[in-house]
Amino acid sequence: MLKKLSLLLAGAMTISAVASAETITIATVNNGDMITMKSLSNDFEEKYPDIQLKWVTLEENILRQRVTTDVATGGGQYDVMTIGTYEVPIWGKQGWLTELDGLGESYDIDDLLPAIRSGLSVNNKLYAAPFYGESSMVMYRTDLMEKAGLTMPKAPTWDFIREAAAAMTDKDAGVYGICLRGKAGWGENIALITSMANSFGARWYDENWKPQFDSKAWKNTLEYYVDVMDKYGPPGASANGFNENLALFQTGKCGIWIDATVAGGFVTNEKDSEVADKVGFALAPDNGLGKRGNWLWAWTLAIPSSSKKSDAAMKFISWAASKGYSSLVADKKGWANVPPGTRASLYANPEYMQAAPFAEITLDSINSADPKNPTVEPVPYVGVQFVAIPEFQGIGTAVGQQFSAALTGRMTVDQALKSSQRLVERAMRKARYPK
Amino acid sequence: MAISKTNKSKVVYTLLAWSISGMLFFPILWTMITSFKTEAEAISATPSLFMFEWTLENYTDVLARSPYFEHFLNSVIISLGASLLGLLIAIPAAWSMAFVQTKRTKNLLMWMLSTKMLPPVGVLIPIYLLFRDFGLLDTRLGLVIVMTLINLPIMVWMLYTYFREIPHEILEAARMDGAGIKEEIFHVLLPIALPGIASTLLLNVILAWNEAFWTLILTAANAAPLTAFIASYSSPEGLFYAKLSAASVMAVVPILILGWFSQKQLVRGLSFGAVK
Repeated sequence: MLKKLSLLLAGAMTISAVASAETITIATVNNGDMITMKSLSNDFEEKYPDIQLKWVTLEENILRQRVTTDVATGGGQYDVMTIGTYEVPIWGKQGWLTELDGLGESYDIDDLLPAIRSGLSVNNKLYAAPFYGESSMVMYRTDLMEKAGLTMPKAPTWDFIREAAAAMTDKDAGVYGICLRGKAGWGENIALITSMANSFGARWYDENWKPQFDSKAWKNTLEYYVDVMDKYGPPGASANGFNENLALFQTGKCGIWIDATVAGGFVTNEKDSEVADKVGFALAPDNGLGKRGNWLWAWTLAIPSSSKKSDAAMKFISWAASKGYSSLVADKKGWANVPPGTRASLYANPEYMQAAPFAEITLDSINSADPKNPTVEPVPYVGVQFVAIPEFQGIGTAVGQQFSAALTGRMTVDQALKSSQRLVERAMRKARYPK
Repeated sequence: MAISKTNKSKVVYTLLAWSISGMLFFPILWTMITSFKTEAEAISATPSLFMFEWTLENYTDVLARSPYFEHFLNSVIISLGASLLGLLIAIPAAWSMAFVQTKRTKNLLMWMLSTKMLPPVGVLIPIYLLFRDFGLLDTRLGLVIVMTLINLPIMVWMLYTYFREIPHEILEAARMDGAGIKEEIFHVLLPIALPGIASTLLLNVILAWNEAFWTLILTAANAAPLTAFIASYSSPEGLFYAKLSAASVMAVVPILILGWFSQKQLVRGLSFGAVK
């Protein structure tokens, strides 16, 4: 009887604990690392039984639309938001995010890679914790390079990339020397071409916010891009984004692919990639001007100011973005699956370096990107492959459409640049820059 | 000669109908087939229609990752709730417009329909703020209200068209026999217009089920219907077509089944009054 009573009491206590538990809502993007986080979140709930998690997983653009609406109106639907390095400086400045000053000592903020930390701070205050970071790099087929009698240097130039792409192209066999993003969008072709442009010495704006598409550097960039893609790229490249190029590379149709470092894990994954054992990595190319054509991006976890459960949200972030979480992933899924690109300690770990053959290139690429000085000449903005101003999503996509039209041949390079200059000037006038 | 000409045109029309049906159904068929492929096969440059290794992996993954039945239940409650609430408002409105016409009735109807021409994003911020202030964000009630309001013009218009086909004399006779407005609507009008009402209900269930702007913006974790479930399977970095297809099939199958079993009713209702 006593046993039954104590069981009942224990049951009632559990129910009351669950009933009094605080529930936080986490909005996240549907990427592999985020899905892993969700699948391992039982660990957090065991450590913090008084906090329950509710997940909202969405496609990137829908997520951006939803969280932007919510944070701008103070809707308070989410307690933790997954946002990118584009949003953090803008939202931080607007006061829409809570400063992450309660992550605790175990979070070890000084372990964060300086480039990533700098992109997520406003006035030296951290407004988002990086969950995984990425840059871009060259992925190439070692067998095709060997067949062409070439050796890819660790830090190639754009001229070498053109030479290698020409040598590897065998259109009759369905092999294209180079695959680059062509799909129009500020996060698609603009991410690639802006990064490229940095290494050609181009910039979006001068110090007075005057658009610079009429410069020689932009002309050189776009001419190079259109020319190599026209001669050595796959057909229909203007519709290709990350996933389309990934599929082409994995099925042996591309000699060189320049894209996000996160792709390193996909192309060397034997389950999905037909060329897993024939892939080499190199730094993004340059033109000898002191800047390489690599970008910098991080998916981060942030707390909107409208959240009424910021303490619980802070606890969740200090768990998900911690070194302990990396160890948990390594333990459950293997070192190769640990979210990359945020902490120096990960790259000092020999087990990780051995499991991820692209780790060294990733680290070098991230370290070489500087969001505050992205290109050769000074700029008034923050961001490597984007300009961290609210207007950029619209402007970037509109310019991306002009570049995509140049790729398909519907416009010449000169027309695309002229049209881009005109539309960006108009948008900046409308937004009353310089502010 | 005349018979063979008729037969010939019958064959041509039948072939045309089958071709159009095939074209309309092909994307659904393709999605269904893709849902049984591996991710690598789904994005292959040389896709195969049937000759591939069929797998149920995508369905098991999707079921393991997302609370499908919660989303399903939300979809049922929101679409059915909005359609029933809409009918409650639309029936008296359409009755008055059909049987108690004024010279402004047509303008009123056109004005109601014109609200459908406004891009939803144009009223996003005011509606979001209203929802925030009334505590309706991420609630089924909020979605039921919004879906009702969105589809109300179509419901009123459809019912108005059906009611117009009903001879006034029948209602007048009922009035002569002493029926009040309530009796007139419930005991005379509704039984006669039942096919039209049923098809209005069905069409609005389908419209509310498929709505993917407000249902995505105004919900988070609690009231998210199947549209949010589908949206969670698209990814900017990583292959997703097979899983997205599996999620899409799971989201559309219930409404396809409903449409299949009620197609007679739907066609009858939609063509009601089309031929005089």
